Amino acid sequence: MKQTTKTPLVEMRDISISFGGIKAVDHVSIDLHPGEVVGLLGHNGAGKSTLIKCLSGAYKADSGEIYINGERAEINNPRDARHYNIETIYQTLALADNLDAASNLFLGRELTTTTGFVNDARMEAETRKIMGRLNPNFRKFKDPVKALSGGQRQSVAIARAVYFNAKILIMDEPTAALGPQETQMVAELIQELKAQGLGIFLIEHDIHSVMHLCDRASVMKNGEMVGTVNVDEVTDEDILGMIILGKKPEGVAS
Amino acid sequence: MTQPNTATSTSSADARTGLVKRFLRATEIDTRLMGMIGALLAIWLGFHFYGVIFNGYGAFLTPRNLWNLSVQTSSIGIMATGMVLVIVTRHIDLSVGSILGFCAVIMGMMQVYVLPQMIGLGHPALWVLAVICGLVLGTLVGAFQGWLIAYRTIPAFIVTLGGLLVWRGVAYLVARGETISPLDSTFALLGGGPYGSVGATGSWIVGILGCAGVVFMLLNGRSQRRKFMFPQRPVWAELFLGALGCGAVLGSVVLVNSYPWPIGIVRAYAAKNNITIPEGGLFISHGFAIPVLILVTVGIAMTILMTRTRFGRYVFAIGGNPEAAELAGINTRWMTVKIFALMGFLTGLSSVVASARLNSATNALGTLDELYVIAAAVIGGTSLAGGVGTIYGAILGALVMQSLQTGMVLIGFDAAIQQIVVGSVLVIAVYLDILYRSKSK
Ligand SMILES: Nc1ncnc2c1ncn2[C@@H]1O[C@H](COP(=O)(O)OP(=O)(O)O)[C@@H](O)[C@H]1O
Ligand SMILES: [Mg+2]
Repeated sequence: MKQTTKTPLVEMRDISISFGGIKAVDHVSIDLHPGEVVGLLGHNGAGKSTLIKCLSGAYKADSGEIYINGERAEINNPRDARHYNIETIYQTLALADNLDAASNLFLGRELTTTTGFVNDARMEAETRKIMGRLNPNFRKFKDPVKALSGGQRQSVAIARAVYFNAKILIMDEPTAALGPQETQMVAELIQELKAQGLGIFLIEHDIHSVMHLCDRASVMKNGEMVGTVNVDEVTDEDILGMIILGKKPEGVAS
Repeated sequence: MTQPNTATSTSSADARTGLVKRFLRATEIDTRLMGMIGALLAIWLGFHFYGVIFNGYGAFLTPRNLWNLSVQTSSIGIMATGMVLVIVTRHIDLSVGSILGFCAVIMGMMQVYVLPQMIGLGHPALWVLAVICGLVLGTLVGAFQGWLIAYRTIPAFIVTLGGLLVWRGVAYLVARGETISPLDSTFALLGGGPYGSVGATGSWIVGILGCAGVVFMLLNGRSQRRKFMFPQRPVWAELFLGALGCGAVLGSVVLVNSYPWPIGIVRAYAAKNNITIPEGGLFISHGFAIPVLILVTVGIAMTILMTRTRFGRYVFAIGGNPEAAELAGINTRWMTVKIFALMGFLTGLSSVVASARLNSATNALGTLDELYVIAAAVIGGTSLAGGVGTIYGAILGALVMQSLQTGMVLIGFDAAIQQIVVGSVLVIAVYLDILYRSKSK
């Protein structure tokens, strides 16, 4: 009930997209409010990444509409998404392996000098600053990111999404390659960003983290939306049941 | 007894490699660049001493040969800088030789038939219009091919393979197989030759500007590092680099200035300007040839483009991960059009140099150039897998190719052997590069 009282930050209505006959996302609706974390769960291949890629501009939905702050938004490519302050951490990280951390962090939005040249020194300094906050052990600022470990690469991708003052943050399995300590830091980061009023879509397999970090959880199966629940009204088992059986538990409102 | 001995010998060897490593780290010299320069010097010395030993005369390391080498490298070198961008973004351009011929024929027609009728033969603006025409034409052809590749998703290999045939055919139709000459006399200066060089004073001016550039770069680098409190290179390393850079620039000035005009040209020049030739002849230096200065300018501009601008950053990003580049908001299709347009522009420029050098244009001009250009870029370390390449590498690669060819001509190898050697060197160079990369990983 509480969702209808305010205009949502993001509303995706009736989104469908298929690839060569496979309905990857099938008439799915989902919304997100400022200061809210919405978890997105489901088996591999359920269509989670595909759904959020329609919001980040990586894919164009075959049908359906997207509303940002109640207004119809046309998101045809990643540039459009950035104009709406949508930042994304992709499951594949989407890093250019041959470039260093700073070049990746600022890719497409390079800092320039007054003469219009890229300001590598300043970008590196900024990268050192934000990495000092997100991953203090990070040292490899001069190396191409292909020389980095999975966790280090992931922290570069996270830094990129966080640096540019996103209003809407999409995190597609952001802790997949991280150790327990780094995972904990990402959890703290999510809570901090949420407190700042960002809306966050969090794709995450660990139900425990979802219960801990999210306000609501949406479950997808075979491209369809099984349902959305308020996490404080359900148990781990309820959500697990939704993922496996593809059915919403009895007597849960949302 | 042997125990302490081995210990000391290994530790002194360690100290020595440590010294080399420290030196390289302090100066931040690119070991790959050193390797290429080493290979180039080996080729030069090899040909020279082959001549000394077997012909009794080393003809390679002479001002005359090195000056000619620099001029002959220009045309391929200019195009190779553009091919770096094409290959870095995982494309290929097989059409550059044909586009060069096509542009040359059109510029020739403009100079010999079209413009003289419109503005009069020998008009001072004639060469400018012809050059603009060639550059615009090359750019448009490149942009069109880039559009087919990016927006019609036809593979670059196919589009430019088609272009290789199409533009050569068009050039033939336009020229009807004839040689178009002579070209405008000012235009011809762009190809080099005694009059197409800047002379001793001009070369010193170029050299001093070059040294100023080296010093500026080092100082600017220091001030940038200071501003952001990054570690500085030690002062001795900066001085060493400065001395090396300035030494190379001034050394090349001395070299090109020690190659005099041929006697016949000096006589004609003296007669025309009422100069009496003193006893023992008149020494007039060539200095840098204009096409070489064009190549150097292109090299500097392209290096700045690739390392200091967003455009260059996007070229590398697309090469490293096209999908990531697109997701980062880069318009990768439009970038592809721009890259091929730039390649076309440089081909047009190269066409100016090549036809000016011959003072004529034929539809066969630039035949097989695409292979030499691709080879130059690849020998220079551009990875066909994309994402990696440097402009200086491509120019050095062009110089290596041209050195091999010139050297073999000097010592009298025939064309068949030349082809075998150049082909083998291409394969070996790429193999060494693969070894180098897998080791440095
Ligand atoms: N670019 C694509 N081309 C073809 N099929 C795709 C593409 N992207 C996703 N799919 C398919 O869509 C379905 C959903 O995939 P995905 O969104 O990655 O699932 P999830 O992120 O939930 O694991 C899968 O069957 C996958 O094979
Ligand atoms: Mg996924």
